[in-house]
Amino acid sequence: MPESAAGPAEVLLKVDGLRITVGGERTEAVRGVSFEVRRGEAVGIVGESGSGKTLACRSVLGVLAPGCAVSGGTIDFDGTSLVGLPRRGWEQLRGTRIAAVFQDPASYLNPSYPVGHQLAEQLRVKHGRARRDARADAVRLLAAMGLHDPERVYRQYPHQLSGGMLQRVVLAIAVSGDPELLIADEATTALDVTIQAEVLELLAGLRAERGLAVIAVSHDLAVIAEFCDRVLVFYAGELVEAGPTQAVLHAPRHPYTEALLRVASVGSWERRSLAVIDGQPPHVGAELPGCRFADRCAFATQQCRTRPVALTEQPDGRSVRCRRVDELALSGAGAATAAGAAS
Amino acid sequence: MTHASLTDTSHTDTSHTDTTELADTSQSGVLAQPYAGPGESGGPDPAGTLLRVEGLGVSFAQPGGRRRVRVLDDVALTVRAGEIVGIVGETGSGKTTLARAIAGLTAPDRGRVHLAGEDIAGLRGRARRRFRRVGAIQFIFQDPLRSLDPALTVGTSIGEGLAIAGSGSRAQRAERVADALRQVGLDPAVAGRLPAQISGGQRQRASIARAVISDPALLLCDEPVSALDASNRNHILLLLDELRQRLSVGIAVISHDLSTLAGIADRVVVLYRGRVVEDGPIAEVFARPRHPYTALLIASAPDIHGRDRHAAARLRPVGTSRDPASRRTGECVFAHRCRFATDACAETPPRRAATDHPGGDWVVACHHADTWRDELDTAPAPAASRKDFPT
Repeated sequence: MPESAAGPAEVLLKVDGLRITVGGERTEAVRGVSFEVRRGEAVGIVGESGSGKTLACRSVLGVLAPGCAVSGGTIDFDGTSLVGLPRRGWEQLRGTRIAAVFQDPASYLNPSYPVGHQLAEQLRVKHGRARRDARADAVRLLAAMGLHDPERVYRQYPHQLSGGMLQRVVLAIAVSGDPELLIADEATTALDVTIQAEVLELLAGLRAERGLAVIAVSHDLAVIAEFCDRVLVFYAGELVEAGPTQAVLHAPRHPYTEALLRVASVGSWERRSLAVIDGQPPHVGAELPGCRFADRCAFATQQCRTRPVALTEQPDGRSVRCRRVDELALSGAGAATAAGAAS
Repeated sequence: MTHASLTDTSHTDTSHTDTTELADTSQSGVLAQPYAGPGESGGPDPAGTLLRVEGLGVSFAQPGGRRRVRVLDDVALTVRAGEIVGIVGETGSGKTTLARAIAGLTAPDRGRVHLAGEDIAGLRGRARRRFRRVGAIQFIFQDPLRSLDPALTVGTSIGEGLAIAGSGSRAQRAERVADALRQVGLDPAVAGRLPAQISGGQRQRASIARAVISDPALLLCDEPVSALDASNRNHILLLLDELRQRLSVGIAVISHDLSTLAGIADRVVVLYRGRVVEDGPIAEVFARPRHPYTALLIASAPDIHGRDRHAAARLRPVGTSRDPASRRTGECVFAHRCRFATDACAETPPRRAATDHPGGDWVVACHHADTWRDELDTAPAPAASRKDFPT
């Protein structure tokens, strides 16, 4: 946790009014999203598939797929504007100050080279290490990622390593340049649960030691709950709720957050009731006059459907996009144990 | 990803971890130990037992080598009609191979698979083809986009089995397809669409419709919901729960996700490196696991209330775990990762009924099943050991 006596850390990344279009000018998949990440802070993004969470992350990395483009808003990384940044500018940021890990580590490594070479190459090319130093540093980094017998791992090819080992290698490459911001997009989703726990512990250690800020995207609320200081809830391209993780998950204020919590695995092993959210989210880019969640919301009124709803700052420091935020009493994760988690 | 579930059977993937010691075991004849079923006294099947797997072993030839990789070793489990049994284990534990061996898609080299009293592992040639045509066992895969033919309409895919078996007229088959779609909560009009034209949740429903159209006795679901988001996941789990009640099919659900299983399964079978380490009633097993590996799995699962990181760390060996390749012949499969391993663990532990479950509905394969927890309660929380980073 990035707690310091000096109060909140300085803002590292500031995204303001971000809009991203996909497959043509008209289809807006991210619709005016704003958030900040402070130095050393872990911010989680949750939402269903198609909610725009991955697009938002990719725009911060400058790796939007062809056909996708930032159509509005600003992204500021420590004083540098990332929207429209030329290639040379990206080269100085990506892989050094901003790094990323994704769900499928195997597809980010070259299958024809030993993994250690790929890590050492990064150290040589990006960070100017001499060949021999790069090798020694690479082995030490692999060891620091908790890899058993790093000398041997150094010489192994991607196909010889398990998913958890590959994800550690990719993490080693990501943190090799001592980045300030790490984007982890479903980075532990494909891992076995015991390995996921180890990788999350590794990430927590990296944060503590290096003051690394992390944006973690996951569909698994429990992973976010464990790892992140703050959480952003995306729905159909918009931010619907944001705030401190424990507060949001234990006392959600947007009906969608409540619905997500109801269907999520909450780590309770009693036979849980399998709740569902009825209906489907609106099509990507659909233009609706009112709240985008209204059709699936149990609390929606006529007004909700006809007039747009703004994201409003709440007195408790959270932001909620709901017209009825002050009237609704919503329940969070594990109301029974809420007392134990109120911290 | 389908990849992940297929790695169980992939030679390249198992070779880096499992090859050596599994090859050793098969050479040394450890597998020739007499098989002791989980509390089974050799009597007739208890009422309602649909599937009964005994002493099942599967091994694969290693590419280019003479050694064989043992993927399943002495696996036993039962599924009753109308029961949902969860099979949990990590990548490479043999979950998918187990399902494939039960369905007859992979030939076991030892053991028996009884479906409603008939040994189906021993079926060959015409008898096997006839058994398959009946469709008593149906498979549901993880990724319906890949298990449904993208060029065929959903209806054609669902009715394909009937068409091949030549049952009924075209109109009758179309009616059965529509019925199957209704069974899984889809509009029969979906039959005319291509898989790419419907949502992920609808596709998984369609593949369940394809499975239930032949009125199966047993459904094998291999990671049925891991490609879906939380809401759709619960829709599919609810559907499986409904089908087992309505059709009284037995269902085996393979998953690496404990919460998926906790939602619907009655019992859980925990696989580790090809062996069953624990098998029992799921709520009780998850509340108080008897095997250190099950305990580690549960302690590792993220929790919305914030997992106690020490809980998982206390179950890991002190220092770094041993290289799995160093596993000694005949040793307990989990010993290399077990905090509680002793000299006794040099010998594969037999499956034994948990002391307070003498009926055999809860079996554990651990020499220290009754004692490891005492050690855990007194063990201090491990200090976080962290290595230096290059600067």
